[in-house]
Formats: sequence, structure tokens, C-alpha cells
Amino acid sequence: MTWEIVIGLEVHTQLSTDTKIFSGASTKFGAEPNTQADAVSLALPGVLPVLNKGAVERAIKFGLATGAHIAPRSVFARKNYFYPDLPKGYQISQMDLPVVGQGAITIQVEPLSGNAKPYEKTVRLTRAHLEEDAGKSVHGDSQGVTGIDLNRAGTPLLEIVSEPDMRSAAEAVAYAKALHSLVRWIGICDGNMQEGSFRCDVNVSVRKPGQPFGTRREIKNLNSFKFMQQAIDYEVQWQIDTIENGGKVQQATILFNPDTGETRAMRSKEDAHDYRYFPDPDLLPLEISEEWKEQVRATMPELPQDKQARYVGELGLSAYDASILTSSREMADFFEAALRAVPAQAKICANWLIGEVSAQLNRDGLDMAQCPISAQQLGGMLACIADGTISNSGAKEVFRTLWAEGGEADAIIEAKGLKQVSDSGAIEALVDEIIAGNAEKVAEYRSGKDKLFGFFVGLAMKASKGKANPAQLNEILKQKLAG
Amino acid sequence: MFESSLKQLGDALRAKKISSVELTQLYLDRIAKLNPELNAYVTLNPETSLTQAREADARFAAGTAEALTGIPIAQKDIFCAKGWLTTCGSKMLHNFVSPYDAHVISQFNNAGAINLGKTNMDEFAMGSSNETSHYGSVKNPWDTSRVPGGSSGGTAAAVAARLCAAATGTDTGGSIRQPAALCGISGLKPTYGTVSRYGMIAFASSLDQAGPMGRSAEDLALLLNSMVGFDERDSTSLKRDKEDYSRDLGKPLNGLRIGLPKEFFAEGLGNDVAQAVDAAITEYKKLGATVVDISLPNTRLSIPVYYVLAPAEASSNLSRFDGVRYGYRAPEYTDLADMYEKSRAQGFGAEVKRRIMIGTYVLSHGYYDAYYLQAQKIRRLIAQDFTEAFKLCDVIMGPTSPSTAFKLGEKGDDPVQMYLSDIYTIAVNLAGLPGMSIPCGFGDNAMPVGLQIIGNYFDEARMLNVAHQYQLATDWHSRAPQGI
Repeated sequence: MTWEIVIGLEVHTQLSTDTKIFSGASTKFGAEPNTQADAVSLALPGVLPVLNKGAVERAIKFGLATGAHIAPRSVFARKNYFYPDLPKGYQISQMDLPVVGQGAITIQVEPLSGNAKPYEKTVRLTRAHLEEDAGKSVHGDSQGVTGIDLNRAGTPLLEIVSEPDMRSAAEAVAYAKALHSLVRWIGICDGNMQEGSFRCDVNVSVRKPGQPFGTRREIKNLNSFKFMQQAIDYEVQWQIDTIENGGKVQQATILFNPDTGETRAMRSKEDAHDYRYFPDPDLLPLEISEEWKEQVRATMPELPQDKQARYVGELGLSAYDASILTSSREMADFFEAALRAVPAQAKICANWLIGEVSAQLNRDGLDMAQCPISAQQLGGMLACIADGTISNSGAKEVFRTLWAEGGEADAIIEAKGLKQVSDSGAIEALVDEIIAGNAEKVAEYRSGKDKLFGFFVGLAMKASKGKANPAQLNEILKQKLAG
Repeated sequence: MFESSLKQLGDALRAKKISSVELTQLYLDRIAKLNPELNAYVTLNPETSLTQAREADARFAAGTAEALTGIPIAQKDIFCAKGWLTTCGSKMLHNFVSPYDAHVISQFNNAGAINLGKTNMDEFAMGSSNETSHYGSVKNPWDTSRVPGGSSGGTAAAVAARLCAAATGTDTGGSIRQPAALCGISGLKPTYGTVSRYGMIAFASSLDQAGPMGRSAEDLALLLNSMVGFDERDSTSLKRDKEDYSRDLGKPLNGLRIGLPKEFFAEGLGNDVAQAVDAAITEYKKLGATVVDISLPNTRLSIPVYYVLAPAEASSNLSRFDGVRYGYRAPEYTDLADMYEKSRAQGFGAEVKRRIMIGTYVLSHGYYDAYYLQAQKIRRLIAQDFTEAFKLCDVIMGPTSPSTAFKLGEKGDDPVQMYLSDIYTIAVNLAGLPGMSIPCGFGDNAMPVGLQIIGNYFDEARMLNVAHQYQLATDWHSRAPQGI
């Protein structure tokens, strides 16, 4: 009997504001410890929080992008606990009344094994709420003491909580990737996982299908999709083994060790902490008017799902192509910029981006933003394909040169003599010569050996040094061989 | 000079009859003589005060002086003042020198007032007798065997003993009005949110309110003009146009409707206090006011509600005092938890710990709904009582405190008895209304009695005139304690 895996995610996205959520201190990453800790970050006696409007607007953007309810009135609460990197002794967060309510996000899942096909799935979002980050404890310096760096204290976070809708590690990873892409797309988070801008807590449980949810364990602070995958796989197997060996899964907070590939319990009982939440009396309820919401909506970029629909409907692309082209804002922007040079050739443009460009980027370990070819350069080359100046194989040569050396397609074609021969007289002469020089094969072809057609194409192409227009060549060859 | 009003002092300074440096020095000398007995000040910084006085004199010379320029004012030690020890009456902050100015402090600095010193107070403003201060109790200048009231006891005693021209206080459940009553001075707690809380060490954020304390309503109006104003650093600060709180002083009281809540004149009120308050009401009738009987039925719940909400907020607000970044840290500890526990156990006094424990309890899982949420609902009912009452009257009057100043140590062992000292003042904080206390006579033992005046939201200007008219007709406010 098989087990069903149940996964829900809590994702902490660091919002891309210049200043902290409740003060004017900078949020820039990598500064000297405690140089970005103002009186509020240090929780000096008497200081008070003032809400950063930019953080709220980013939360509104997220709500709009996920079709979520945006609360006209939400409340900040204090989550009380003692920790040296929590300077006030409480974290300002949202509890009962979060700023963003229920929404949903549709993801493309690539199954990890077997010959299963990619499929689409909608994951429901429970809520997203604003909160401040804590500082950082720096353990084990040379004197064996723990240092506290409060540069990060008060950095704005949007915690995005999903329903337990995911049923495999693949779905969890696909969801996290989709979220990662979305928050970058709408410009609310830089998505830098190494710097901790996007961190995932994964709740995992297993059950027999149809049974109630099993006891969950929460894997904290995963900051890579690969680790997420490994951690879930390990954890699922651990839970199944535990139950099958007659044990019981205890609710726990656990950590994943990337070196060993194992998970281990951090605290045995999550509920041991009593956070004593209550509304923060230093902050008024957050009111979001329709007007404010509309002002924010006006600053939103076209969303990936809307772009996808437009690519399919207006440009005639396949749903698959459209989804790949909208997998990141950079990809979509690149596509649209390149398409400006060849407005009628969406398919060719898509093929090149998804094919050659992506493959080259992959080989060179670059991402779209680092692409050595600009959209204008690619567009120029595509225009040469579209008007027949170069063949596809000629284009590949041009592309390689653009990638390695830069320049313009026209100049490269000229310099390398890649201009395609579209003069029918010249092609005819060439074909005549081949027919004359291969009488035996021509006879075989004419007696019904159709497969030889390719042989003649090859000869002709070789003779033209690859410059013959393939469509024209085919046409003429067919005619002449027919006799 | 020590009996002059703020206006008279301003005029004398402007007329160069005295310089601010001379005036400041006069007060510093008087403090040096009397403070050892009264313990009203915890920190003095004569050099800083005199430097400010020199700057004030320069402003007079340059013609840029304002109403409070050059006038020595004492600051309750709850306000952070840059370069000054700011202890909030606690061992926890025994060594904390603030790196920044509270809104109130910078307002006074901008006006050119002199910071004469920091006044003693109950630890973290928790107390009604000033006996919880880490720096020892303040003595009531009228009788040094008695308490000055709390938590602004140092301020009240300093004003009463003429150790400053005026001073600041804060009022969370009566901490301006009750000590003003017990020391025979005038004190005003404005509408919640009119004076920024920025830089005022938080006790119970939703109740805390700074206000002026002085010798007359006229002085309070002048002080209030300098304190009020929107501050973007405090999210609960109200955006309102500047007003002149002196503008109504001088209006006759004909037709003023005074509401007398029957709950304020019931069991527990001392006879001597009742008689003085009755006499004051009679005086008001002579001034043209009429009296309406009103009821504030939920007032009886204000003490239990207060002692749920204020400790709840305090338990959280005081979490930052953990020995990690500033303030007191226990000298010896074994690990992190031990450091927290010992620092807080040694740094906080008994009353503060008691309230932290209560607050932690009422917010804890399983009790929140029963206590905190319930108290919030009753708080709304208490506020509604006032809204109803103000349909019938313009101001509400009654005693400020049920008794005159009690003996030092008398209620120290009985917190509930102590909490009852604020029975008439607390509801005003829960509702966020303005309230004030002015002297209205003397009770048994020749100790001052306070008359409480409660106004509708933002009605401070009228309240100040109501008090001022009484002070024009009587002289209780100008009586000074003898024999100190």
C-alpha cells in the first residue's frame, strides 16, 4: 500500500525596500555589522515603529498578482519571545488579520522520474503577512563569544503561507520556483537565495490516501531548490520508515544538513513556545483603500499568466513555449524586445530563445540577465533568416560569432560570406551539373528509390557551400529529378 | 521670584530684570539646599543647564526668544534626553545615557527652555506613591513623612517645593493628576495622542500620555503649547492643527454644565476630600456654572480592566530590558537564559516584576480571551459611558484621589490598596480623554486636596479656562508648603 505525501510551504520573502519596515535604517546587504542599526533597530528605550509604505505596496502587489483578497484593514501583532538577536523582545508580525488573504498560484510540474508528462496544478495560498526580520547571531569568533549583528533586524518580510496542497517533492519545488519567479517578476523581492532573501520552511507529513493528515514536521530555512528536494525526499522516507517500524511521528521543527543529506530535530515541540500574540499598541491598524490598491495596480507589470495567454492567443505560440518564455521577467522581456525586429516571426523567435540561446546560456552557466547577446542583436539575425538572407545553418554560424565576438548580424554575414544563394538560375545550373555527374543514382531515383533525394540535396548544398536557399533547392531538385 | 508665574518670569527675562543664567542658578541653589531631603531630582547637570541658560540669554539679546525661553523646567526621568542619564526610576537603566532626545525634550529645547534636571519617579512609572523608585521615595513637601503620589511624584514635589518653574509628567492611569492632587499643584493629562510618545520610555503604550505640571492652569496652557504637535515618529500621534491653549483663558463660565458622576462620590471617598470638592463645586456655581447629575456605570470596572491591559502591554514593552544591549546586566551567569533571568531579577523592582508577571499571564495561551480580550471590550464600554455623559454636560468634575497624601510605607505591603488610589483617574486613560487636577483646599492633616476636571476629546482649551476661572476666584493654587 502506498503512502501519500502532504506538503505545505511557508516562504519568507525579503521585500526590496531601501529602508526597514519600521524605521529609516538601510536594508542593504553585506554592510559591516551593526552599521545599519538605528535607534529603532537597537530597540533603544522610548523609540517607536513607523510603518514603511513601500513594504505595504509590495504586499499589495503580491496580493494582486495571486488574485488574493487584500484586507482593507489589517492589524500588526507582537510575537513575544526572548532571543539576543530579537532586540525588542518581540517581533512585529501579523496574526489574526493579515494584509493578504486567500489566493492561488498555478504551477507547471515537471515530474522527476519515469515518463510522466509535465502537468499543471493550482496551489492555494492561505495568506501572506508582513513582518520584520530578526538580527543575526554570529557564533564562534576567535574569543568563543557570540556576536550580535542587528543590520538585518527590521528588514521587511512577506511570509507567504500555502495550503497543504502539494503531493510530491516535485510539486513543492515547482511551487517554490514559481513563487520565486513571481516575486522577482513583480519586483517585490530580489530572490537572492544565498543572501537569504527567499527562504522556505517546508511542512511535511505522510498518510494513507483518504486518511486525515498525518503529524507534520517542519523543515526550517531551506535556501536552495536542490536542498529542498533532498530534504523532502529524506524526510518523507524517514517518516514512512518510522511509521512502518511501528513508531510515531512527533511534531517537530527540523533542520536539513546539506553535507549529510539528513534532517534532524531542532525542537521537539513547536507548541512549547507561548508567543503571547496581541495587537501592537504602537501601530494603528493598516488601512488599505480601494484608491491605494488601484494606484499600486497601475504600477504592476503584465503578469506571466496574462502574457502566456497573450502569446498563445495573439502570437499563435504553443502553451508550452509560452510558459517557458514567461518563466522569468528577463526571458519575456528579451523575447519581446527581439520580436520587435521580426514582428511576424514569433515562432522562429521563440524557437531560437528556447533552443540555441537557452542551451548556450546553460553551457556557459549564465542566466538570462547575463546573456552576452542583446535582444537587438538576436532580432537583427532573426530578420536575416526571415528575409532569406541566411539559411538556418548560416544563422547558426552567425549566432556563434555573435555570442563569442559580438557585432551585428549583417556585418558577420558579409564578412563570412554566409549570404544565402536564392538566385534560381545559379541553383539550376548547380543541380544540372549534379544530375549530369551522377547518372547512375539518378536512374535509381527515377526507378522509385525516393530515399536518394536527400543524397542529392546533400551534394547540392555541399556544392553551394551551404549557401543555397534550401526551399528553392528542394523545389528545383524535385523538378529536375522528375525529368 | 520662586512665586512668579511662567508669564511673569518670561516678562522679567524679556525686560532683562534677571538673566536666564541667574534664574537657573537660583533654582540650582535651591535644589542643592532642599533636594537632599525631598529627593525630587535624581539627576542634575548644572553645567548643561547653565549652558542652555546662556544660549537663552543670547536669544533674548537677539530677539528670538519665545514664551518659554530661558525658563528652568524639570523633566520626568521617563523622557530620553541626549547626554543625560535616563533611568526611568529603575536599576535596570542605572547607567543609560540617552543618545537622543524625546519629542517632548526637543520641543522644550527648541522653545529655549532650560532642562533643570531629571525628576524622580516610580520605577517605569508603575506606582502611586513614588515608593517603587530605585532611587528612593520622594517626600511630600507639605509633610515629609508622607508620599508625594506617583508616578510623577518627583515632578509634583519639585513644582510644589518651588524647585523648578514647571515640569513634565506622564500619566498612564493617573500619574500626573494624582501626584498633582497630593502635592497641591496643577497637572494636565491631554487627550491621548496629542503629545508624541517618541522617546518617552513606554509603560503601557495605549494609555501613556505626557502632560504638563505646574502651579496654575495658566502655566499649564503655556507649557502645553510647547508639548503638543504631530510627530511622524509616533504612529499614534494625531495630525491636528496647532492651537493656542491659552486662547479661552478669560471666558466667563456662565452656562457651563458640570457633570457630577455619582460613582465618584460613593463609598471609599474620604470625608475631608468630599468636603473640599463640594466647596469647589459651590464656587463654580457662583461663577455661573450649573450642575448635572450623571452616571458612569462602568467606572467600577476600570481598575480591574486597567490591571489587565496595562500589565499586558508593560510585559511586552519591558522585554527589551534584557541586559543584552544596554542597561543592567547581572555580573555572573552560567548561560544565556541565566543571564536574562538574573539581569531581570536583579534589575527590576518588585512592583515591576509583579506587573510583568500579571501581564505575561493575561496574554498567555488559554487566558488571552478570558482576560485581555474581555478587558478590551469593557474598555470600550467605559469610553461609551463618557460619550453618553458628555451629551449632558461640558466637563465632568470630582475628586482626583479618594484621600490626601498617605504616610510613606502605609500601603507598601498592599498593592490593591495602592491601586485604589487611582480609582477616579484610570477610566480617563482607558477612554483616552483629557483630565486635569487642580488644588481645591486642604483635608485632614492639612494636606492638599485635588479637584479633577475631565473634558471631552480635544477640549483642553476649555478645561484650562474652567480651571483658570476657579484659580482667579480662589488662592488654593498659590499656597506653598511651609517649613521645608
